[in-house]
Amino acid sequence: MKMRFVDEFRNPELIRKTLDEIERIIEPDDHFRIMEACGGHTYSIFHFGLQELLPKNIEFIHGPGCPVCVLPPGRVDEGLEIASKNSDVIFTAFGDVMRVPGKKGSPLNYKAMGTDVRMIYSPLDALNIAMKNPDKKVILFAIGFETTAPSTAITVLKAKELDIDNFFVYSNHVKIVPVLKSILDQPNMRIDGFIGPGHASVVIGAHPYETIAKEYKKPVVISGFEPLDLLQSILMLIKQLKNGESKVEIQYKRVVMEGGNVSALEIMNQVFEDRPAFEWRGLGAIQNSALKLKPEFSKWDAEVQFNVEKITIEENKDAQCGEVLKGMLKPNQCKLFGKVCTPDNPVGALMVSSEGACATYYNHLYSTMSL
Amino acid sequence: MLKEKIAFREPTIQLAHGAGGKASRRLIEGLLAPYLNVSELNDAAYVQIDQAQIAFTADSFVVNPLRFPGGSIGELAINGTVNDLAMGGAKPLAIVTTFIIEAGLETEILEAEIKAMHEAAEKANVAIVGGDTKVVEHQKADKLFITTAGIGLVDSRVNLSAGRVKQGDKIILSGPIGDHGITILFARGELDLEANIKTDTRAVWPFVSKLIDAAAPGLKWMRDPTRGGMATALNELARDAKVAIMLEEEAILVNPEVRGACEILGLDPMHIANEGQFIAVVSEEYADTALKAIQQVPGGEQAAIIGEVFESDRHIVLSRSSYGGTRAIDMLVGDPLPRIC
Repeated sequence: MKMRFVDEFRNPELIRKTLDEIERIIEPDDHFRIMEACGGHTYSIFHFGLQELLPKNIEFIHGPGCPVCVLPPGRVDEGLEIASKNSDVIFTAFGDVMRVPGKKGSPLNYKAMGTDVRMIYSPLDALNIAMKNPDKKVILFAIGFETTAPSTAITVLKAKELDIDNFFVYSNHVKIVPVLKSILDQPNMRIDGFIGPGHASVVIGAHPYETIAKEYKKPVVISGFEPLDLLQSILMLIKQLKNGESKVEIQYKRVVMEGGNVSALEIMNQVFEDRPAFEWRGLGAIQNSALKLKPEFSKWDAEVQFNVEKITIEENKDAQCGEVLKGMLKPNQCKLFGKVCTPDNPVGALMVSSEGACATYYNHLYSTMSL
Repeated sequence: MLKEKIAFREPTIQLAHGAGGKASRRLIEGLLAPYLNVSELNDAAYVQIDQAQIAFTADSFVVNPLRFPGGSIGELAINGTVNDLAMGGAKPLAIVTTFIIEAGLETEILEAEIKAMHEAAEKANVAIVGGDTKVVEHQKADKLFITTAGIGLVDSRVNLSAGRVKQGDKIILSGPIGDHGITILFARGELDLEANIKTDTRAVWPFVSKLIDAAAPGLKWMRDPTRGGMATALNELARDAKVAIMLEEEAILVNPEVRGACEILGLDPMHIANEGQFIAVVSEEYADTALKAIQQVPGGEQAAIIGEVFESDRHIVLSRSSYGGTRAIDMLVGDPLPRIC
C-alpha cells in the first residue's frame, strides 16, 4: 500500500501556502457560510484542525451527508425485527450501522442477545454469507449515497446471475442532490456555497450539481478529503464568491470525472428506481431522494419478500437534529448535546457515526474549545 | 454508603464493556471496583509482604483467531501478564495459568499453544508455576480461553503514580503503534484486504529494566496501551493526573501498512490495540537519558518522545499536526468500527 499519495496532500508547506492565499483574498467584512455536504468532510475538517487554521469569517455548516445520520429512526428496527422474529434470518450491515440506536437497541445489542447480526465490509460479503448458508435467509441492510449504491446494485445482479434466492436487500440508499435542494428550499437558509461530496461524485460526476449552481446560484466545489484538498476547495469557492460566480468545479480531479463513472451509473439505473418520497431524519419527507429495487428485482427485495411492519418512532422532543442538519444550530447549541446525548449514549443519530456532525463536534471541537 | 458509589445503571453487559474503552471504564469504576473496594486501578496491583513490594496482576485472553501472523493466544497470555507487571515497575517472577477449553478442540491446537506459552515464558525469563484446566461443552466457549496471573518484585528505586505527573513531563513511546489490532482485524479474514503485517507481541521488561536503571528518579508513570490503544491510556492518565497532554503527531510512529488500513477503514491508529509497546512519562530532566536507555535495547530503536504534559482545567489529550492544526483525541468508545463512505 503506497501512502505517499496521501502525504502529498498533507504537506505542511503547501497547506501554509494555500492558507496564505485564502487569507490574502478574504476581506474583513466578508462572511462566508460554507456547507460541507459530506460527513467525511466534516470529519476531516475537525480531524485535521482546519477550522482553527482558517480565518474566522469562514463558517462551516455541517451538511446531511452522513447516511447513518439521516436514516429515520424505525428503519433499523424494521430490519432487525425481521431478523429477531425469524431464526433463519441473518442480518448484515456495514460497521456504522451497528451502533445506530433503535427502539429496542442497536444491531450490536441485538447481536449480543442472540440475533444473527453480522458486520460486513462490502455488499458482496453478504452475498457470500448467503451462498455459504443456503438454509438461511440473508438480509443486507444497504445504506449510503450514490457512493455505495452501485456496489449494492452489482451484488443484486450477481445474485440474479448465480440464481441465489436466499439473499435480500433492504435498501436505504439515498441521493445527494435532492437533499441539498431541499435544504436550500428551507426558509431562513443562508448558505453561500457547497463543498461537494468526493466519493458520491466519483459515481455521479459533476453534472447533477448544475441545478444548484444555475437555479440556486450557489457555487459547488467537489472536494477530496485531505487537508490540502479541503483548503484548495475552500479557496476555489471563495474565489467564485468574490467574483460573484456560481459554477460547479472539481478540485478532486484525481478521482472525480465530470461525467462520473458511467458503468456504475448504468448498473445503478438497471437495478434501482427512485422512491416517490423518503423520510429523512430531521428533514422530513423528500421527493425522489431515495432508491428502491426495481420491480423486476423484487425477488431480492426484502421489503417485498418479508412482511415488514412499518415502525415509526417518536424522536426525543428536545433533540434538535433537524436544526443542526439544516445548519440553523451548531451541534453544541442543541439542548441535549454533551449532556443527555453523547457518543457513548447517542439520542440522535448525528451522534452515532464518527462522521456525524454532533459526534465530530463532541470528539474534536467540543473538547478543545473550552481549554 | 456503598450504594452511592454504584454508578453503573446499564441493564445488560454488552461487547463494548469489554473493549477497553469508555464503556469498560464505566463498568469497572461504576460496579466492580466499588463492590470489591479497589481504590487504585493500574495494570498491576501492589501487595506489601514484609519488606518486599510485590506486583500482582491477572489477565484473560479470548482472542479470535487463536493464531495470527507473528503470534498466538499462548504467547499473548504470557507477554500480556509479564507486561502488566513491568508496567508496575516489577521484574516478572512467576505465572499461574488456567485454561477453559471447548470440548472437541484438537489436541494439536492446544499443544501448539502450550508450547508457545513455554517459549514465551523462557524468553521473558519467567516461570510458569501452576494452573488449572476446565473443559466446557461444545459451543459453550470459543475453542480456548486462557487466563494468566503473575507476580513480580517491584524495583525499590521506582515510585510510579499518576499523581506525580506534572507540567513539562515528557511522554515516551517505545515504538510503532497499531500493529497488533490491525493484524487481528486482518487475520479474522472478514476483510478482503491483505497486508504484510504482524503482531507486535513481546515482553517489554528488558526495556523497562534499562529505563529504571537509567532514569528511575524521573520515571513517574507507565502503561502498555493494549485494548483502547494509546488514546485511551493517555486519556486515563490525563484524567487521573488532572493534566492535559499535547502530542506531536509526527513523532508517533505508525507502520505504513497500519496507516493504510486505518485510512481505508476510518480507524484512528491511536485507538488500535498494541501488545508489545509501552508509554512512559518521565520528568524533563531525565527524558533524554530515559529515551537513550530504551533505544539501546535491541527492538527499542524506534522509541521516541511523542509529547508532553501541561497544566489545564480540561483533562484531555490533544495532538498537533505538522502544519499546526490540533485535535482532541478521545478515548475509544465501544469497538473500533469501520466507516462506510
